[in-house]
Amino acid sequence: MSNIEQFKNRNVSEEYFLVDIEDYPTDGWGKFKRVVKRTFQGELFVGLWVVLREMIKFDIHTVQYPKEKMPIGPRYRAVHEMKRLWESGTERCIGCGLCEKICISDCIRMETKIDENSRKEVSEYSINLGRCIFCGYCAEVCPELAITHGGRYENASEQRAHFVMYEDMLTPIDMLKAGQQQEFEGFGAITPHEDERVKKTPLAY
Amino acid sequence: MDMAYLIETVVKIVVIMLIFSALAGLGTYFERKVLAFMQRRLGPMSVGPYGLLQVAADGIKLFTKEDIIPQNVVAPIFKFAPVITAATAFMAAAAIPFWPQFTVFGYTVHPIVADTEIGLLYVLAVMAIGLYGLLLGGMASANKFSLISAARTGAIFISYEVVTGLSLLAPIMIVGSLSLVDFNNYQAGGVSHWLVWTQPVAFILFWIAAFAETGRTPFHLIANDHEIIDGFGTEYSGMRWGLFFIGEYANMFFISFVIALVFLGGFGDGGLGGALALIAKVSFFFFFFLWTRAAWPDVRPDQLMWLCWKVLMPLAVVNVVVTGLVMMF
Repeated sequence: MSNIEQFKNRNVSEEYFLVDIEDYPTDGWGKFKRVVKRTFQGELFVGLWVVLREMIKFDIHTVQYPKEKMPIGPRYRAVHEMKRLWESGTERCIGCGLCEKICISDCIRMETKIDENSRKEVSEYSINLGRCIFCGYCAEVCPELAITHGGRYENASEQRAHFVMYEDMLTPIDMLKAGQQQEFEGFGAITPHEDERVKKTPLAY
Repeated sequence: MDMAYLIETVVKIVVIMLIFSALAGLGTYFERKVLAFMQRRLGPMSVGPYGLLQVAADGIKLFTKEDIIPQNVVAPIFKFAPVITAATAFMAAAAIPFWPQFTVFGYTVHPIVADTEIGLLYVLAVMAIGLYGLLLGGMASANKFSLISAARTGAIFISYEVVTGLSLLAPIMIVGSLSLVDFNNYQAGGVSHWLVWTQPVAFILFWIAAFAETGRTPFHLIANDHEIIDGFGTEYSGMRWGLFFIGEYANMFFISFVIALVFLGGFGDGGLGGALALIAKVSFFFFFFLWTRAAWPDVRPDQLMWLCWKVLMPLAVVNVVVTGLVMMF
């Protein structure tokens, strides 16, 4: 095979072959023979047997949804969550505003102020889920792994705003103390064994 | 006409109406379950244990829905058409012996409303009138797809009446009677006396035609699913649509009874075993209606017509002629 030929061959596999299709009969006798052949070939009974076999095997694939749920991937991007620091339990969000800036559907709004300890504090934080397209950019851009996506996909409600009160998104402090805060493994998350790959900043220039 | 006979007949009518209305409802449940199992699903599960009360939920829904009469329809005909379908389906039941006669408290009950001499002819005729429900319903709706469906329904029903009649002609010639009770008694001798052994072609033809007559799946062109609408029933809602539905399912049960009585020996010699065998036969034919719906695709209307006029009808005629020749010599 010459160099260019291998790129011209679009067949994914060499096992492809053309199905052998007989020519359609044109005369009456040919059509009659085809009808008789098809009638007594018993293909209809093959179909009947296939569905009956499936009924007898009773291999049911239904997930009875509200009672049973399929496991979803850890990278699933559903309603957002705000995380806390593991050690101190304070909120991770530092109010940098990157998520607000990068949000392509312009649905994140935050207000910050300087608190009494001269630290930046987030006073208002809201996500308009009516506009959010769950692209995951906010989670990817967040330098503190503070805003992430969660697995809560059942967001039918009278008001979408019910899901995005800052207090609701924030991990409850008792859950954090019980060690139940789940780190997000999707966009922006630290990769496994990140500690081993960290290099000391060279101080001597 | 004495009073006891009148009361007995009315009671029989009411019992048959109630049983088969309930069976029509349960038939939808069985259909959904059987189709679901064949497609690896569970079917209705939420209402009641294993979804058994789904029938009641559907009934409440149908009964309490608003009765919508759309603009531009021919209102009187539009309102009356579903009644024709449901009524003719149940009227056909009058001449069907559902069960051998039995004695309760010294009183002999004949589970047939009208044991006429022309039972089979009556059943076929009334079932054929059922066409008018669908035809008029589709024509009265101000909807071109309903109209097309109605025309198609009329064509298919009239065509398959020919096959039904001709295929039953040969068994009628052999038995020499039109009464379904006579048919049953002719085959009372046991399995070897069944008409299906002497009339296998008529059996197959009538079975095929039964699918067209009830509008079940290989010939489900009455409400053409390919058009993503419900054919003649597109404009119908609520209980009027429900009447079409009850009529269709009642028809399935009654035609199953007819097949079992004419070709498969019915209730045999009239004992309990024969009665249970009749129920088993009818259940099988009803199950087969659901089974084919899961397994087979629909055919095109022109293929259906081709099948009727170029294959089934000549076969039926040949069958009648051969039967006549055999009987003559």
